[in-house]
Amino acid sequence: MSVPFDLHAVLPEIILAATLLVVLFVDLFLPVERKWWAMPISFAGAVAAFIASLTLIGSHRSLFGGSYVVDNYAVLFKVLFEITAMVVLLLCFRFLREGHYYQGEFYFLLLCSFLGCMTMASARDLLMLFISLELVSAPGFVLAGMRKGDPRSNEAALKFFLISVLSTAIMLYGMSLIYGLTGTTRLSGIAVKLAGPVGSTNLALAAILFVVAGFAFKVSAFPFQFWAPDTYEGAPVPVAAFLSVASKAAGFVGLLQLMFHAFLPAAHFWAPIFAILSLFTMFMGNLVALQQRQVVRMMAYSSIAQAGYMLLPFALAGYSLSVDKAAFSSVVLYIMIYAVTNLGAFAVIVGMSRDAPTLLIGDFAGLGQRAPAIAIAMATCLVSLAGIPPTAGFWGKFFIFTAAIDRGGVGGWLAAAMVINSVISLVYYLGIVRSMWLEPIAEPVRPIRIPAGAALVAGIATVGVLVIGIYPQLFAHFPPLTAVLGR
Amino acid sequence: MGGWDQWAVTLAVFLPAVGAIFIALSRPSEEDRLARGMAIAFTGAALAIGIAMLFGFDYGTRQMQFQVVTRWIPAVHAGYHVGVDGISLPLFELSLLLSFLCAIYSWRVIPNPGKARGFLALMLLLETGMAGTFVALDLVLFFVFWETVLIPMYFMIGIWGSGNRQYAAIKFFLYTLLGSVFMLLGFIAMYFAATPHTFDILALQRMAATNPFARDIQLLIFAGVFLGFAVKVPMWPFHTWLPDAHTEAPTVGSVLLAGILLKMGGYGFIRIALPILPDAARTWAPWIGILATIAIVYAALACLAQRDLKRLIAFSSVGHMGFVMLGIATLSPIGINAALFGMIAHGLITGMLFFEIGSIYDRYHTRQIAELGGGMLLKVPYLAFVFAFTAIASMGLPGLAGFWGEVLSLFSAYQPAVQNVALFRTLMVFGGIGTVLTAGYILWTIQRVAMGTLPEARQHESILDVSRTEWLAWVPLLAGVVILGLIPGLVTHTANEAIGALVRVFVR
Repeated sequence: MSVPFDLHAVLPEIILAATLLVVLFVDLFLPVERKWWAMPISFAGAVAAFIASLTLIGSHRSLFGGSYVVDNYAVLFKVLFEITAMVVLLLCFRFLREGHYYQGEFYFLLLCSFLGCMTMASARDLLMLFISLELVSAPGFVLAGMRKGDPRSNEAALKFFLISVLSTAIMLYGMSLIYGLTGTTRLSGIAVKLAGPVGSTNLALAAILFVVAGFAFKVSAFPFQFWAPDTYEGAPVPVAAFLSVASKAAGFVGLLQLMFHAFLPAAHFWAPIFAILSLFTMFMGNLVALQQRQVVRMMAYSSIAQAGYMLLPFALAGYSLSVDKAAFSSVVLYIMIYAVTNLGAFAVIVGMSRDAPTLLIGDFAGLGQRAPAIAIAMATCLVSLAGIPPTAGFWGKFFIFTAAIDRGGVGGWLAAAMVINSVISLVYYLGIVRSMWLEPIAEPVRPIRIPAGAALVAGIATVGVLVIGIYPQLFAHFPPLTAVLGR
Repeated sequence: MGGWDQWAVTLAVFLPAVGAIFIALSRPSEEDRLARGMAIAFTGAALAIGIAMLFGFDYGTRQMQFQVVTRWIPAVHAGYHVGVDGISLPLFELSLLLSFLCAIYSWRVIPNPGKARGFLALMLLLETGMAGTFVALDLVLFFVFWETVLIPMYFMIGIWGSGNRQYAAIKFFLYTLLGSVFMLLGFIAMYFAATPHTFDILALQRMAATNPFARDIQLLIFAGVFLGFAVKVPMWPFHTWLPDAHTEAPTVGSVLLAGILLKMGGYGFIRIALPILPDAARTWAPWIGILATIAIVYAALACLAQRDLKRLIAFSSVGHMGFVMLGIATLSPIGINAALFGMIAHGLITGMLFFEIGSIYDRYHTRQIAELGGGMLLKVPYLAFVFAFTAIASMGLPGLAGFWGEVLSLFSAYQPAVQNVALFRTLMVFGGIGTVLTAGYILWTIQRVAMGTLPEARQHESILDVSRTEWLAWVPLLAGVVILGLIPGLVTHTANEAIGALVRVFVR
């Protein structure tokens, strides 16, 4: 390398880091009524980082001796995270101003978390993965507890914190064992060593299991899922949107590199474990979601179920190169589609939260007449989460099915389980749709005004969901560009 | 003609969807006349294209016509491949025709709670899904069209339906979805079983003729796609969603459900399950035949027990589709021809019956046979006559369309293309008993509803007879019932070549 340090490669991260420092600093000097300035500054930072990321498309840069890589995979997810950041910021804006939050600190913490997401996309080293994961989670504890006066918010933060610490400890233990066994923390180095005799020792397998546990917490997979509903419900709603999209996606971004790259030689061992994780996660999420009356809680269980779907392709690993590629790509595609869809749904929920702070399913009654456009957006996103064509969500599932059936054997059964799950999920997604249109409402109809930011996000997401649904190639051509699998 | 050949099918399929967008975005007004006019215009334009295609169609060949093949999702080698042949053409035309007539009917009648724009937009969206299913020649495309009908129909039943609509709507959605997702897994399995991997239906058919999939794989895939198609048809015992959905749906919804949605299942068997999985079809055929015959007898008995007129007709659909499936199960050219004809006839006749029941309900505010109280011929002679006429057509009176589907189906069961001749002849006997029972409940219903004396309470009610809009919507169907009854060759000749090509895989 001719340059000693490739600043261009980390430009998006530098921009974001600079922005969050500016936000913290400026906040000190702003009078209370102008604290909201933090949001435009943060937004500008996210946009700048987004543009910086676009300049990196197609590059392959490696920093810090290969532990930090900027390739298509990294850029794809950085762009996804930056767009998510913009969306979450938009959703926060009015919510925070009306809710009397500490805005400067809030935006600072939020950007910290997003910085962690972005470094996660580039991390190719156990240490880097660990730091990124913590950078995503640690500000999250505070964000979840931002509604200080509300005991549920305190509970949200505390549960999130305790379970996170526990799983992090286990993961760190696993990582140290792996370092001890392989003598490296670099993912590629670990893959080489695990392919040798070390890979079949019991200790190595136990270490892998420990590391998986840490990530299972992050993506809210069974049996580390139970923080999610309480945390989502107690946290401010935009934070729930952030946790269910960006934070979860970050977990999967790291997990993909770890499993399909570093631990792939031991796939015969961990793939069946993922099959079980996936099955339990999707069934648990969907069956419990059926019982929910509060929308954010329901979406929390829905996001657990969705994590179950995304875990399924991991169970297909190690069979053949083409199946590995298909499985890897299907997760990438699913994350992208899930992000668009879930953000759209959460935008509507954030928009509703001003009118109906309790956010019960019954609060959505008559929305089809009170705000038809918003109700259509919500219905489209929910149908997409259930995976019905012609919406984007169908293609996310379709590619997972394809990978599973290509794998054959156990893959077919997992696909069948997932099929049954998507039918179950339809029941509770349609529960909201039914409330919006089918339930009779009291006359006269009270019109509802949705904040512009939320309406904008919901609108764009809905159009996206439909366009991808009709022309999936728009998204489907991305994942193959990223499926390098380190071979 | 090059441009026309390329665009005809696509235009006819997607014009309604475009119309749906226009209607949804149109300015709301008191009566939404503009929206209703647009619905007629767009469905009419689609039908006009469909009729024009009838003249451009070459009836002497088994080839796919009006074909379009373009890339769509290269990531999974799924293409936008559409086209029509003699099998799909009649069904395609039927879906365009019924949608147009529904749009005309909706000029006057939009069920409670109004909201014409939403209703019509969903109806047009539904048309795109239905028409698209019959022309799709790529499994993925087929599946997308197939599923596209679910959401509009869910809302139609759920918002504009009667009494128990919410239950009926979700039951319809869940049932059909459960079937069709397994069908999707079957489709994906077909893709991987084929070499080279493809979702193209024609390519898969050619493959089945030259080097078919291994028998075990065929049996497994058949089980998956069978679930999807059987729920849609619906075959006994997967039919339980149907009486609820048909009964609670608004008139237009019932017409389209019975008239077209059910045919998607039968069409799926003919187009996909049989030709691509011939060995599995031969293995499963006797079972399908048995289930079909159970459906015939069961539905007739169930009809005898119904008190609700609409529910009665809904159950009769199960029986009629039983004849269709019996024809398909024989795997013979006559059987499949009978199935196709039966589906067209059932679409016309049962579509018409649901229209009439809608009109009867609008006037009498009840569907209970006992509360209607008979004597309709005295009160509303035209409506009662039309109802009796259609019911008799449904019974299978020779000279009307209902006759050929049933009789050819029974006839084909006498000489099936599968080995279990004795079984199928037994089934034929039971099917025959079914026709007798069918005649029984139809005649009894006519007697109870149309004939007899007028109840005291209705003596002084003023009830309108058939309105001009209703005549406009109904005359084409009534004419179709007579014409197809007199000249069945209109359908059978169209389909003959294509069916001959299709069943060739079974005579090896």
